[in-house]
Amino acid sequence: MIDLKTLTIKKAHEALIKGDFSAVELAETYLEEIAKKNKELNAYLEVYDDVLEQAAEADKKLQNFPTSKPARTDQSPLGEGGLSNLVGIPLAVKDNILIKGRRAGSASKILENYIASYDATVIAKLKEAGAVFLGRTNMDEFAMGSSTENSAYGATKNPHDPSRVPGGSSGGSATAVASDMALAALGSDTGGSIRQPASFCGVVGLKPTYGAVSRYGLMAMASSLDQIGPIAKTVEDAAIIFNCVKVRDSMDSTSTEVKIQKSKVKSLVVGVPRAFTESQGVDKEVLANFNQSLATLKKLGHQIQDISLPTVGYALAAYYIIMPAEASANLARFDGVKYGFHKAGENLLEDYRLSRGAGFGREVRRRIILGTHVLSSGYYDAYYNKAVNAREVITADFARVFETVDVVATPTTPTPAFKLGDKSSDPLAMYLGDIFTVSANIASLPAISVPSGFAAVAGRQLPLGLQFMAPAGGEATLFAIGRAFGGQ
Amino acid sequence: MISLKEIENLAALSRIALPPEEKEALRKDMDAILGYVEQVQKVSGNGSAEKKAGLLRNVMREDANPHESGIHTEALLSAAPKREGNYIRVKKIL
Repeated sequence: MIDLKTLTIKKAHEALIKGDFSAVELAETYLEEIAKKNKELNAYLEVYDDVLEQAAEADKKLQNFPTSKPARTDQSPLGEGGLSNLVGIPLAVKDNILIKGRRAGSASKILENYIASYDATVIAKLKEAGAVFLGRTNMDEFAMGSSTENSAYGATKNPHDPSRVPGGSSGGSATAVASDMALAALGSDTGGSIRQPASFCGVVGLKPTYGAVSRYGLMAMASSLDQIGPIAKTVEDAAIIFNCVKVRDSMDSTSTEVKIQKSKVKSLVVGVPRAFTESQGVDKEVLANFNQSLATLKKLGHQIQDISLPTVGYALAAYYIIMPAEASANLARFDGVKYGFHKAGENLLEDYRLSRGAGFGREVRRRIILGTHVLSSGYYDAYYNKAVNAREVITADFARVFETVDVVATPTTPTPAFKLGDKSSDPLAMYLGDIFTVSANIASLPAISVPSGFAAVAGRQLPLGLQFMAPAGGEATLFAIGRAFGGQ
Repeated sequence: MISLKEIENLAALSRIALPPEEKEALRKDMDAILGYVEQVQKVSGNGSAEKKAGLLRNVMREDANPHESGIHTEALLSAAPKREGNYIRVKKIL
């Protein structure tokens, strides 16, 4: 029996190297867990039928490896002698990341029956490392949402309380990891879509520096904000995946050689924007937990410093202009002609209107129309230009703060996981939940959410998360403080 | 306040057929969202006067190393709802 509860990528790698269990046995154990739990939680849209074949391939790689020395976690993509620490590791992949020859649909009806024609760069890297893909996970349609309720294939449930949402949009990936249906997963984060579900589900989520990970093969929502990143059980596991997938890629012109700064491990200066973290709409329990986390950091030898980020409160408003603007352009490609769902009308224009009207769900239609509005002549200056300006001012605000602090800490979310259906009829209320996460996307910064404890709500223990943001390329600092905070 | 007529125009521009019963609800949602996001206008700073793409700019790559012609044709065309040989079939435009 493999104990999945306490298993991490690091432990699994060591066990695979020693021969305690094989990659096939590990994959079988996960498939059994999925068979038991997925019906209720709906984390996977599809479990691949060749998982055991993939695992058998990984076993071959493991058998051909001469020594039994595990790969170092900071070595990427391959460890000593060319063996990756991800060989044979069972992963879940969000449904907006392409794997050649497999279905990919962004949980949208408009991509019904679409088969990916190429591998995303992150997938190519993981394949090279020998990872095993268990299946594709549920999400808010085209990553538009914060609850995974906006899926054309039904909502995903939170494993800590199935009457609540897992967060979103990478809710399927977070649920899969939190309920031992995958050892780790890939998600994508445009305004918090990795960190918020990680927080709601009690796992670790990393949004890398913009450009650190290639977006080639990720279905675009808002190209200047989207990043792929890991959801994992420990900070170290998230680091292993990040180190494997980060690469400057000529197929993504916005990917850059992000210089990952060496981290000071002892005593970091942690900036806390009090006026922001104590603003309206933040739950008392969340704030109490946050203050407790700061006390823990102090005990660990870090210095807490109050800082002022006067414009950070505008990040959410800027985000809900820039994101729909870019999405309205990116989603123009779904026209019922080139791929996916088609609904016939009297002429080509009607084909477009009917295919898009019936193929896109309500939230996607709302954001496309909102994006069209803020870009339209007469409103462009009042909305889009002002949002771009605000983005630059907010980015400069962060740059100024990072002259005196190493990281900025906030709660990941203003509340713990909410009930299914609670916010689905009020889009603005749903958007306001992204208040702490969007600024990292707006300012292109790396940010991580780590579990920080629980809130007791109606007899249930609901996970909470602590978010750290760092300057561009500051992932190593995030891993160092995240590991220290989590006692790893 | 955004009008129903404007919602209809935007839907037409977006090439989206909206169910009639959704238009009023969408109008209300848009009012609430726009009412919230217009606070970005309070952020002072320069850069808003001229139209520009912001600090993040696109980068072009060399048009080099083409792949062998036709190797991706089947994979791409097989995704199209309607095809005729090596063409995607659409309705007459003119």
